[in-house]
Amino acid sequence: MSVRVFLVDDHALFRAGVRAELDNITDEVEVVGEAGGVGEAVAGIAHHKPDVVLLDVHMPDGGGAEVLRQIRTKIPEVTFLALSVSDAAEDVINVIRAGARGYVTKTISSQELVKAVVRVSEGDAVFSPRLAGFVLDAFADRPGAAPISDPELDLLTPRERDVLRLLARGYAYKEIASELFISVKTVETHVSSVLRKTQLSNRYELSRWATDRRLV
Amino acid sequence: MRRRRTGRVVAGVASGLADHLGAPVFWVRAVFAGLAALSGVGIVAYALLWMFVPQSTVAEPETDKDRKEWQQAVGLAALGLGVAVFTGLIGGAASGWITGPIAVALVGAAVVWREADEAQRRRWKDGALGQGKTGIVRTVAGGALVLAGVAAFLVANDSVQNLSTVVLSVLATLIGVAVLTVPLWMRLVRDLDAERRARIRTEERAEIAAHLHDSVLQTLALIQKQSESPREVKRLARSQERELRSWLYGREVGEQPATMSVAIAQTCAEVEDQFAIAVSQVVVGDCELEDGMFALIQASKEAMVNAAKHAGVGEVSVYAEIEPDKVTVFVRDRGKGFDPDTVPEDRHGLAGSIRGRMDRHGGQVRLRTAPGEGTEVQLEMPRKTEART
Repeated sequence: MSVRVFLVDDHALFRAGVRAELDNITDEVEVVGEAGGVGEAVAGIAHHKPDVVLLDVHMPDGGGAEVLRQIRTKIPEVTFLALSVSDAAEDVINVIRAGARGYVTKTISSQELVKAVVRVSEGDAVFSPRLAGFVLDAFADRPGAAPISDPELDLLTPRERDVLRLLARGYAYKEIASELFISVKTVETHVSSVLRKTQLSNRYELSRWATDRRLV
Repeated sequence: MRRRRTGRVVAGVASGLADHLGAPVFWVRAVFAGLAALSGVGIVAYALLWMFVPQSTVAEPETDKDRKEWQQAVGLAALGLGVAVFTGLIGGAASGWITGPIAVALVGAAVVWREADEAQRRRWKDGALGQGKTGIVRTVAGGALVLAGVAAFLVANDSVQNLSTVVLSVLATLIGVAVLTVPLWMRLVRDLDAERRARIRTEERAEIAAHLHDSVLQTLALIQKQSESPREVKRLARSQERELRSWLYGREVGEQPATMSVAIAQTCAEVEDQFAIAVSQVVVGDCELEDGMFALIQASKEAMVNAAKHAGVGEVSVYAEIEPDKVTVFVRDRGKGFDPDTVPEDRHGLAGSIRGRMDRHGGQVRLRTAPGEGTEVQLEMPRKTEART
């Protein structure tokens, strides 16, 4: 059974391009609908109940994070994959914190995009090297940083850090697994727990860092 | 807040204030009249607002209501002035000989100022600068009134006390001239301000236009010309994207980099441009550029160049992590790879430019490669100064 995908992007041309590419190259995913704005997206997602929403980060009226806020409580079973041209760390971290299962840049190849969609639909987290860099940066231990309130959530374990580093270096999960002598399943577990920490951490560094830094 | 141009009695201050506060204009005028009775506070307030509040640029159409209010307002103004003069007389301290001339001078000033407003209005309406005959008549009349008031004041004071008459008359003349030229000064200041703002706006627009013309339009033209070569189109698009991003986010192109992350970004950009490949870079942390870092950046550049030349792929990824005690850079491609043992002796790239450079500055190089498996060069450089923050 194919993965049902819903496209949200304020550029009609971009939506048309993604739709054509996805329809052409694979049967694994099927585009069931699209929307060009926050309100339209919320209504469309509620109506179509897709498996995965490809979500643009930058849109008028609050952008991807706003869509997430309105949908996540209503229909928690829909997963979101952020797809953005944005390079600004705060945009990316914001939609991840709002509940997206991953983030890829718009320059991604169509094959890669299909893989990423299938992966998030299976419950895995998708980190591009750049996102891995952002998260590493946000969780970095800096001298003089604020005291950590919840070490369970506010620190990455050394293993998670290793995995993130390799992700940032552009390694695929399989390569990370063989590099660290662990199974691909374990890599996925680590990545998922990093995602969970990014979303739940109350580390005030995370938001402060993201707003301090206009770009990376 | 703006002074109204229609429905005004003296200068549109009261109606403008009423619009601003959302209160009925009648009450605003009543308050001014009431304050005028308190030793002229209302008059002073009115004059100050007249000076500092600019006139509205649009004229609202006149209504019947305005005409009714006009009569009301004249009545209120007369009442206020009457009470002010009356209380002044009763108070006795200010005798008619002093308040009389000052009042005459003030009326003269009001006439001149009002004429200045009229002139401004005409200028907006017809774009004409000339004052017109009636304008000149009114200005001269107002000026004469002010002068008469000042003269009367001097004469009156001269008879009371003939001490330092000269100083007093010079002072009075200066004040008279200042009062007469207030509209002129105000207009000058306001015009200057408006002109400066307009100039800044046009300059900004011109700069954006010039920038887009020099960069984006040129690149688009180049892309159209070279559309049969996808590689070249890609290269142009990437370098233009990079340039536009850095311009949008306020980083100057060609500026001497001050921090490690900027320096790495620039180096990646240079390699991209030179070899028409994509270099995706991720930098974690940042630090100032110190001695060893230049060597590290040069070595990374050499590694990227090697990948671009020999790996036979279109993409190289660079990952740099800056930690408190060391900086690590990974340059990686998924290309051909090679067997390090079979590299001919005469190839210096890796040995000299990378290993030698890193060794001299106390750094380390590790190499992971095998034929068919891509290449990764790992460069590590210890930091001399500990991070402060």
